[in-house]
Amino acid sequence: MSPRRTDTGGRVDRLKTIRFTFDGVPYTGHAGDTLASALLAKGVTLFGRSFKYHRPRGLLTAGVEEPNALVTVLKGEVREPNIPATMIEIHDGLVAISQNRFPSLAWDINAVNQLGGKILSAGFYYKTFMGPVFGPLKGTRFWMFCEHFIRRAAGLGNAGSAKDPARYERMNAFCDVLVVGSGPAGLMAAKAAADQGVRVMLADLEPRFGGSANWSDETIDGAPAADWARRTIAQLEGRDNVRLLPRTTVWGYYDNNTLAALERVSDHKEQPAKGEPRHRYWAIRAKSVVLATGAFERPLVFPGNDRPGVMLAQAAERYANEFGVLPGERIALFTNNDSAYRVAVALKKAGAAVVAIADIRPELSPEMRKLAAEAEAEIFAGHAVVATEGGKALSGLKLQRFDMTNGTLTGDARSIHADCLLMSGGWSPTIHLASQAGAKAEWNAARQAFLPPKPTQKWIGAGAFTGSFSTTEAIAEGRAAGLAAARGQSTPAVLPVVEAVPGDPDPAPVFEIRANGKSFVDFQHDVTAEDVRLAHREGFVSVEHLKRYTTLGMATDQGKSSNVPGLAIMAEALGKPIPEVGTTRFRPPFAPVSIGSLAAERFGDLKPERLTPMHDWHLAHGATMYSAGLWYRPMIYGHAGETIEQAYVREAKATRESAGIVDVSTLGKIAVQGPDAALFLDRVYTNMFSTLAVGKARYGLMLREDGLAFDDGTTWRLGEQDFLMTTTTANAGKVMQHLEYFLDMIWPELKVHVTSVTDEWAGAAIGGPKARQILATCVTGTAVDNAALPFMGIVNGEVAGVPVMICRLSFSGEMAFEVYCGAGHGTHVWEALVEAGKPFGLVTYGLEALGTLRIEKGHVTGAEIDGRTTARDLHLDWMLSKKKPFIGSAMMDREGLIASDRLELVGLIALDNRPLNGGAHIVEELDEANPHGSIGHITACCYSPALGKHIALALVKGGKARQGTRAHVSDPLRNRFGPVEIVSNHFFDPDGSRMHG
Amino acid sequence: MLITCPYCGPRDVIEFTYQGDGNRERPDPASQNFEAWNAYVYDRLNPAGDHNEIWQHSGGCRAHLKVVRNTLTHEISSVAFVRGDHGRGDHGSAARRKAEDKA
Repeated sequence: MSPRRTDTGGRVDRLKTIRFTFDGVPYTGHAGDTLASALLAKGVTLFGRSFKYHRPRGLLTAGVEEPNALVTVLKGEVREPNIPATMIEIHDGLVAISQNRFPSLAWDINAVNQLGGKILSAGFYYKTFMGPVFGPLKGTRFWMFCEHFIRRAAGLGNAGSAKDPARYERMNAFCDVLVVGSGPAGLMAAKAAADQGVRVMLADLEPRFGGSANWSDETIDGAPAADWARRTIAQLEGRDNVRLLPRTTVWGYYDNNTLAALERVSDHKEQPAKGEPRHRYWAIRAKSVVLATGAFERPLVFPGNDRPGVMLAQAAERYANEFGVLPGERIALFTNNDSAYRVAVALKKAGAAVVAIADIRPELSPEMRKLAAEAEAEIFAGHAVVATEGGKALSGLKLQRFDMTNGTLTGDARSIHADCLLMSGGWSPTIHLASQAGAKAEWNAARQAFLPPKPTQKWIGAGAFTGSFSTTEAIAEGRAAGLAAARGQSTPAVLPVVEAVPGDPDPAPVFEIRANGKSFVDFQHDVTAEDVRLAHREGFVSVEHLKRYTTLGMATDQGKSSNVPGLAIMAEALGKPIPEVGTTRFRPPFAPVSIGSLAAERFGDLKPERLTPMHDWHLAHGATMYSAGLWYRPMIYGHAGETIEQAYVREAKATRESAGIVDVSTLGKIAVQGPDAALFLDRVYTNMFSTLAVGKARYGLMLREDGLAFDDGTTWRLGEQDFLMTTTTANAGKVMQHLEYFLDMIWPELKVHVTSVTDEWAGAAIGGPKARQILATCVTGTAVDNAALPFMGIVNGEVAGVPVMICRLSFSGEMAFEVYCGAGHGTHVWEALVEAGKPFGLVTYGLEALGTLRIEKGHVTGAEIDGRTTARDLHLDWMLSKKKPFIGSAMMDREGLIASDRLELVGLIALDNRPLNGGAHIVEELDEANPHGSIGHITACCYSPALGKHIALALVKGGKARQGTRAHVSDPLRNRFGPVEIVSNHFFDPDGSRMHG
Repeated sequence: MLITCPYCGPRDVIEFTYQGDGNRERPDPASQNFEAWNAYVYDRLNPAGDHNEIWQHSGGCRAHLKVVRNTLTHEISSVAFVRGDHGRGDHGSAARRKAEDKA
C-alpha cells in the first residue's frame, strides 16, 4: 500500500492496479483514482509552478475548480494542456506532464521571479510596456524585445500542433426535466421527476453520481450516504424515461432553456470503444431544469496560503473518504465556519493526526467543541494562521491571536508542526448556470455568499446551490424541485432520513488575514490581496475594471475559488459593503470545452455545390470550371497549350465572327403568376411591364427602397397572367426574398404567386452572326426569322424532339437567342445545338469570354450594381418610369444620389497597351511614390479582341463629363501604373446594329 | 432561440431570416414626403423589452411572420402570419389598405 493510502474505505478498487507516468516517472494507482488522488497517495505534493512567480504549487481542491494542479496529457503526437489533475481519471498508459517549469518541476529557473514580486504586481504589463519610449527599458518597443521571453516564462501549458485524430460528436436532445448535478438534491429531483413519467436527463461532471454522498460520513435512511446514492441511481438506471450522463459538464445556459453540455466519453479509457467519440457535445432543450450544482468551498487569504500542502478542507474530506488517500499525516485546520470540524473528524477516522483547529471566531458552539474533541484536535479559537513554512511541501505554520471585529493580530506567534493545512473560508453556491441564464446574483449577508437570483428562465434550484447546505434540506428541496419541474402534484411523502453532523451554515465575515507576505486570492493567475489593493489605490473602482486590471478570475478556472474573496477585499478597500461593489456576470463555458466538440462532424468544406444540367458535358469537353457563389461554371474551354487569355480571346473572337454558345442555366428564374402579376411587376421594376405584349420580353431594373440599384434582368411574358422573371445569378435568392417580402408585408391584397424555378430550366445562349442560321437548322415547330422572332420576341418550338422556349435577347451584343428547356433535357438540347453549329464554326465559350463580350458592350453586372450605385450612375436612367411609383422611386432623387460628382460608369482604354487590373484606382495625376487622389476604380477589365486593346469598365467621379479625357491607373499593390483614356462604356457597336440585325 | 411558425411548428432560429422592425409604416407609394420615407427606410425602434419584429421562415414555408420578442430575454410572446390566416385575402392594416387604395 502507498504511504498515504488508507487500508479501507473510499470508492477506489484496491485490487485493480493502474500504471501511468507523470513527468516521465512511472506510478501506480487504483481504478477510481484521479491523477490527483493517485499522485497524492504516492506522497507527491508538487504539481505545478504558478503563472507569474513560478511558485511551487500543489493541490488546492479535489474537483473541477482546481486552479493549481494543471497538467498536459500526451496522447501520441497530440497534447492537451491545462487539464486539472483532479478531473483526469487515470487509466493504463496515461502520460501526463507538469507545466510552466524549466528545466524541471522541482528546479525551476524562473522561480527567481518570486524575488521580483513587487515589480510583477498588478498592471505590470501596462506600466512597463505601453506607451512612448522613455529610456531603454520601457514602452512598446521594449515589449517587442521582451515578448518572446515573457511568453515562455509566463503562462500555462503549450498547445500542440499535431492534427487531432480523435472523433467528436454532436447530439441534440430534448427532455422534460434536465437535472444538473447528482448530489442528494439532484438525485432526489431526478427520481421525483422520473416517477411522474416525464423524460428526465441527469448530468454530472464527475464520473460517479452521488456528489457529496460519495465523501460524506452521513447516513441516509440508516445506510452510508454513498449506499443510498447507489440505490437511488440503480432505480433510475433501469428506466426508459431517464438518461444518465456521467462525466458530463453542463457548461452553458442559453435562451429558451437551451443548455450546452460536454460529455467526456472516452478520455478515461486507454482506447475508445469502436465507434465511440472522444467527446460529445450535447445541445439540450429542456422544458425545465433543476439546478443542483452544489457549492464551492472558498480558500482563506493569508500569507503563504499557496504553499503545497495547503488545501481546502472539503478537498481533504474527498481525498480521504472518496479515494482513501490522506493528504497529510499531521493535519491542521484553519476555518471561519463549522464545516471544517466535520472534516477534522473524518480525517481522524481515516487515520491522520489532527493537530490543531484554528478558528477565526472567538466563540465556538459546544457541538463544535465536541467534534474537535472527537478528532483529538487542539482548538485555537480567535486565532488565525499568519504564515506557512516549508519549500515544496508544508512543514509548519504560525498562529496568532486574531480579533475578527477589527482584523488585528496580537500576541506572540505560535508555531505548529504540520504537513498539511486545511482551510475553509465559507461556501459559494455554484450559481454559474443561473447567472448565465440571465439574472443577477443576490448577496446574502448571513451566508456571506451570492445566492442564485430569481429565475428568468424555467429552472428550479435545490440543495447547496440555493444556499441550503445541509443534506436534509437538499433532499427535501430536491424532491420538491423534481416534482415542480415535472409539473407533478406535490404529495406528502416520507423523505429519506439523514443523520448528519451538526453545524451552523453561516461563516464569520472574514476573508483575509493581513500580515506580511504574499497572500493569494487568485491562485491560477497569481493575484495577491496586495494586487487588489494596489488596483484600488490606482483608482480602479468598478469590479469589471478591477477584474481586467489585475486579471483576477480570468484564468482557465474563471475564478471559481477566487471571485468572492477578491470582491470582499475590494469592498473593504473601497469601504463599501460587498453587494454595492457587485459581482460580474458569469459567462459560458462553466469549464473549458474542447473546440473539437463544438465543431463535431462539421468541419472541412461543407458548402453545397450547385451544378448546371450540362456540368458533366462541360467537364468532358475540356472546360476549366470555377465557382460563382455556390454554382460551378465553365471559365474557358481551353485547347492544348493555350493560356487562359488566349482561350477567352479565341472564344470571344469566334463568337463575333461566327457564333458562340454559353450555358446560362445559373440565371435566377422566378415564375410570377396571377391576375395582379403585371401590376406587381410595375411596382417592382423601374420600368413598365403591364404594357408588355404576351410573347415578348423586356429588360428590367429593380431598385431597393433606398433608391439604389438592386438587380437587373429580362422578364418574359408567357401569358396574360404568367411571367418568367430572370435575375442575376448572384442575386437570385435575394430577389426572391424581396418579392416575397413585398407580397406578404406591403401588398397582401395583390393576387400574385412567386415560385423559384431556377432549377427547373436549363438555358443556353447562342449568339453571333450565324446564330440564327444554326437555330434554323435544328429548331422545328416554329420559324426563327425576323418576322416570327423579332428582337425580344419569344417562340415555342422543339430541338431534337424536346420542347424549347426561345427568346431573342442579347448580352453579348450579337444577334443572340436564349434557348430554354426542362432541366432534365438540358444536355440533350445543348448537344443538339452544338452539333447543329459545327458546320458554322460555333464555339462553346465560358465566363471569361462572356465577360469580355459584355465589357465590350458596356453592360453592367454585380461588379457595377454594387449596392452603392444608382440607375443614373450606370446610365440606366432611361429605364426610370415617370408614369408610376415603384420601389425606390421616392428615394432615388435625394440630393446625394443625383450629385454631379458621383461615381459614374465609364469605359477605359489602356494607352500603354498593357493589361489592366480589377480594383485598380484611377487618378488624375500619377504619383507612384505617394499614391493619392483616387477618382474611381476599375470594376471589370479584359483584352478586347474586337478593339484589339486592353479595356476596362470603371466607376469614376463625374465620369460622363470626363469622356474623351485622359487619366491614369494607379495600382501600387500590383505595381501597375499607366495612362488611360476615359471613354463611353459602350465600346463596341454602340447603336446595337448587330443584335437588332 | 425557437420560433413557433404557425405552419411548421417550433423551429430553431437558424431556419429564419430577420426581416426587420415590424413597426414601420410604408408611406403612400406616390408620396414625396421625404421625412416619412426617410423614417420608413432608415429609422428603427430599438426597445429594451417587447419588440415587434418581422421574421421570414426562409428555411421552411417562407411565410413572413409577425413576432413579438423581448429583446432582453429573447422570450417570444406571439407569432402570427403577416398576412393573417393562411395568406390570401386582405389582411393588411387599415392604414396600409388606405395607402394602397390611393395608389
